Amino acid sequence: MSTSVVSAPRAVPARRRTRQMRHRASSAALTAFTWIVTLGFFFPVAWMVFTAFKTEAAAATSTPTIFTSLSFDRFAEVLDRGFGVYLLNSLTASVMSTVIVLLLAIPAAYGLSIRPIIKSTDALFFFISTRFMPIAAAIIPIYLLLQNFGLLDNISALSILYVGMNLPLAVWMMRSFFSEVPLEIVEAAQIDGANFFTELVRVVLPIVAPGIAAAALICFIFAWNEYFLASLLTSTMARTTPPFLGSFVDGRGQFLAVLSAASTLAVLPVVLAGWLAQKRLVTGLAMGAIK
Amino acid sequence: MKSYSVKKRMLLSAVAFSSVGVLLAGCSGAGGAATEDGPVSLTLATVNNPQMKDMEELKGAFEEAHPDITVNFVSMEENDLRDAVTKDVATQGGQYDIVTVGSYEVPIWGQNDWLVDLGPLAEADTAYNVDDLLPPVREALTVDDSLYAVPFYGESSFLMYNQEMFAAAGLSMPTNPTWDEVAGFARTLKTDDVAGICLRGKPGWGELFAPLTTVVQTFGGGWFDEDWNATVNSPEFTEAVTFYTDLVKDAGEADPVSTGFTECLNLFSQGNAAMWYDATSAAGPLEADTSAVAGKVGYVHAPVKETDEAGWLWAWNLAIPNTSTKQDAAWEFVSWATSTEYIDLVGTTLGWERVPPGSRTSTYENPDYLEAAAAFAPITKDIMLAVNPTQPGVNPQPWVGIQYVTVPEFQDLGNQVSQNIADVFAGRDTVENVLDKGQELATTVGDAQK
Amino acid sequence: MTATDVTATAEATRQGAPGLPPREPRSEFGRRHKPELSAGQKQALRLARTLVWPAIVVAILVTQIPFLVTIYYSFQNWNLMRPGSRGFAGFDNYITVFTGGAFLQSLSATVVITGSSIVLSVLFGLGIALLLNRTFVGQGLARTLVITPFLMMPAAAALIWKWSMLDANVGMVNWGLSVLGVDPVQWNTDFPALTVIMVLTWQYTPFMMLILLAGLQSQSKETLEAASVDGAGPIRSFLYMTLPHLRQYIELAVLLGGIMLLQVFDPIAIMTRGTGGTKTLSYLLYERAFVGLEIGEAAAYGVITVLLTIIVASVALRLLFKIFSTEGAKS
Repeated sequence: MSTSVVSAPRAVPARRRTRQMRHRASSAALTAFTWIVTLGFFFPVAWMVFTAFKTEAAAATSTPTIFTSLSFDRFAEVLDRGFGVYLLNSLTASVMSTVIVLLLAIPAAYGLSIRPIIKSTDALFFFISTRFMPIAAAIIPIYLLLQNFGLLDNISALSILYVGMNLPLAVWMMRSFFSEVPLEIVEAAQIDGANFFTELVRVVLPIVAPGIAAAALICFIFAWNEYFLASLLTSTMARTTPPFLGSFVDGRGQFLAVLSAASTLAVLPVVLAGWLAQKRLVTGLAMGAIK
Repeated sequence: MKSYSVKKRMLLSAVAFSSVGVLLAGCSGAGGAATEDGPVSLTLATVNNPQMKDMEELKGAFEEAHPDITVNFVSMEENDLRDAVTKDVATQGGQYDIVTVGSYEVPIWGQNDWLVDLGPLAEADTAYNVDDLLPPVREALTVDDSLYAVPFYGESSFLMYNQEMFAAAGLSMPTNPTWDEVAGFARTLKTDDVAGICLRGKPGWGELFAPLTTVVQTFGGGWFDEDWNATVNSPEFTEAVTFYTDLVKDAGEADPVSTGFTECLNLFSQGNAAMWYDATSAAGPLEADTSAVAGKVGYVHAPVKETDEAGWLWAWNLAIPNTSTKQDAAWEFVSWATSTEYIDLVGTTLGWERVPPGSRTSTYENPDYLEAAAAFAPITKDIMLAVNPTQPGVNPQPWVGIQYVTVPEFQDLGNQVSQNIADVFAGRDTVENVLDKGQELATTVGDAQK
Repeated sequence: MTATDVTATAEATRQGAPGLPPREPRSEFGRRHKPELSAGQKQALRLARTLVWPAIVVAILVTQIPFLVTIYYSFQNWNLMRPGSRGFAGFDNYITVFTGGAFLQSLSATVVITGSSIVLSVLFGLGIALLLNRTFVGQGLARTLVITPFLMMPAAAALIWKWSMLDANVGMVNWGLSVLGVDPVQWNTDFPALTVIMVLTWQYTPFMMLILLAGLQSQSKETLEAASVDGAGPIRSFLYMTLPHLRQYIELAVLLGGIMLLQVFDPIAIMTRGTGGTKTLSYLLYERAFVGLEIGEAAAYGVITVLLTIIVASVALRLLFKIFSTEGAKS
């Protein structure tokens, strides 16, 4: 990164050579330090994955065991307990809510950004302020409403609540992407007689597609990881992964390995997606707001 | 097993009818009253204690015998279970067909008409042998002649100690120890690696305050006096809490605020604690082959100070919320899981020491069980029959129950006071201060009872 | 990877419009149009509104309606454990909230936990962003590893920290300390608030880092080089050039972090259960509603919390954060 600019070597005068040597030594030290910090941050995750392959006895020793037999048994045990169903519920809720968020947020962001709209900042402010509101403050009515309509433990109901949770961020991020679209393009499309929707689909969407992907990824991550609503509003049929994880804490004794295996499986999809799309993640969060 | 007797049907519809208002409020959209046609899927909320984990493991046997019924377990930590089930039952949420409730909740919920009266069902079912249920437990679950839950396992509390450690230190444990003796042992046996005693410190009325309330009572204190005047900052209560927290700080486990029943079980079963004062039901898992101390544990009566006995009385029970639309099927499972048949199943497949204890008299007449559980079965039964739920402490009290106060507000009260006691363990607050705050909360609760 | 990673989208935008002149400095909505709207513009405006309405309606239905019901409940005397005793309570619940003492404690717990987690994760995030902004061996891998905590499911993170890292008997942190000769620490008993802050900081540092790294990479290398040639040391150029440049990125990081951290519930429910100064407003609300079963009282707490949040959010959004004001966007 930044190689194109910085490391294009220029002729180095001889008297600066020693300084450069010293610079190299301190650079190596900084690199070493960077790696220590990096590995320190990553350690709990690495240890979780490692523990997941151990036996319960090896996982529960007070002096950590490094050399021990490793196996996939714990993962098999986790899946035996019906973990797949919970993962599937999480997937359903995350995908469903993300799709609905996109369907609502794309037109809204478009309307807020490209066309002149009076008080668009106010609308935007309204959206983002709903995200500030503690969900806990509205949980009782939500609970009782869902209960009255027989919608407790219902994955669609949970997805709709996730829509409410993610919509503001999505609108906010996408609006910024849409306002990146040069007005000239849009105006050209209008002169061509394209109506709003063909304009949106044919001209604007392809340009902002990377931004939409970023917003979708973030909505997906938040929905996948959500705990509060899921733990209060679901019990069996629609229970998602986060509240289910706690049940691996087992009163019969050692459970660290199986808990680690369950956690590893639970975080895997989002971690992999995040790793693969990390560029988008940055773009989505930072470029979404700052141009 | 599959066919339902006519009488049972009538009884059930009577139950369903009497709660029709509740049903209307609770199950709109969920599909009307109970039907037994077609496959039924039951949702059971339970606590992740060892005996319940065993039940989950064995539910296949039930499902095999009842091919049209499947049972889904939702198991949670004790605190979470209480929050989840209470919320669901109180709002008529109807998410669960079978709930695991403690003996504290059963009378309160029964009076609120939230639970199905299982008495008629149990009596109609001769194979169930309802009279075999252990009398003190059955009494605790009965309100105005209605049996609102059946015990899955029952327990009192006793002191467990690691005999090897006692022998190595040349100490001997009396069968009826006092708290002062126990504190002395704990302080002697405490080392860097081994806790002298494990005592629960995790906040929650059912966690910390289960053992602590029994200590308070044997020290002569209590939550309320006979006229519902709060006595939380009384000298006896204060002395007991000071004693308990000091003992934990001096000779107890590390990180007490994280330590509840499960954590103590882990610690003690791995030989990292010399003593443990807790539920008698802990003995089963301690003698199981996964335990490093199996065969080395001694069991004696709960330590006392002013009273003769200080054990608690508790049962984890299965109950059917009135909102369940599958009450027939639910009873099939509930009666199976609390039957002698189930106890035999656990004994023969998982080992006799893992049998859910304290629920049936016949368990204590079963030679297989008595042989496997010789170390703790007789004493468990003795203590359970010896404790007195109507007056467990020194002074009379206006409610029935040992380690809790049988009023709805108690879980909130006990929870808040136990959270504040967490500050005492850490030295962030004093016992006096914390109990003064507790007194304020308790006064409001007590005034509501007057 | 190239320096243009971060601006990939902007890049894509330009590529999507070949032959266009570079974007004008700022074409915020409406600015280019005269105040008096032509008929076509009015039509466009109508259509734009139509596009925004569905989202607004859903947001209102899902977030605002339940809150209105909360306001109604807050004037009810309603304990779930005592069915049939429900009735109008006037301001009783609000009196309980303000005289109970729990509210102020909870407010300060929220401020302490949210505040310190944000400050710490911004500081660490900035440090790591600076480290990762250098060219070094395995840079891509290092960045991938560092962002992982942010992707971790918070419930899993809290469970792993509680049982695997901070446990008094088998926790890796105490083991690590013992290697260094430090006595074992009773994390949950002695430092509950710190425990929560630690886990939150661990989770949110990568998030802050991502945003700040984007900021660093958007800084013009030529300007920095020029400053270096002019004799400005790295510290001076960091303080006088990089930091001001990063300002809006830091603001954004704090804003987004604040939104997420104010609501935080999982680590408290899983690790500390509200003891020792960790009873944040979210947890208090939960406890009043689902442990105390005091629906009316819980609702009153909720209303007060929302009012407070609205005040904080308005101040934060309108005054502190230039991002939102069209004026600020110009700079």
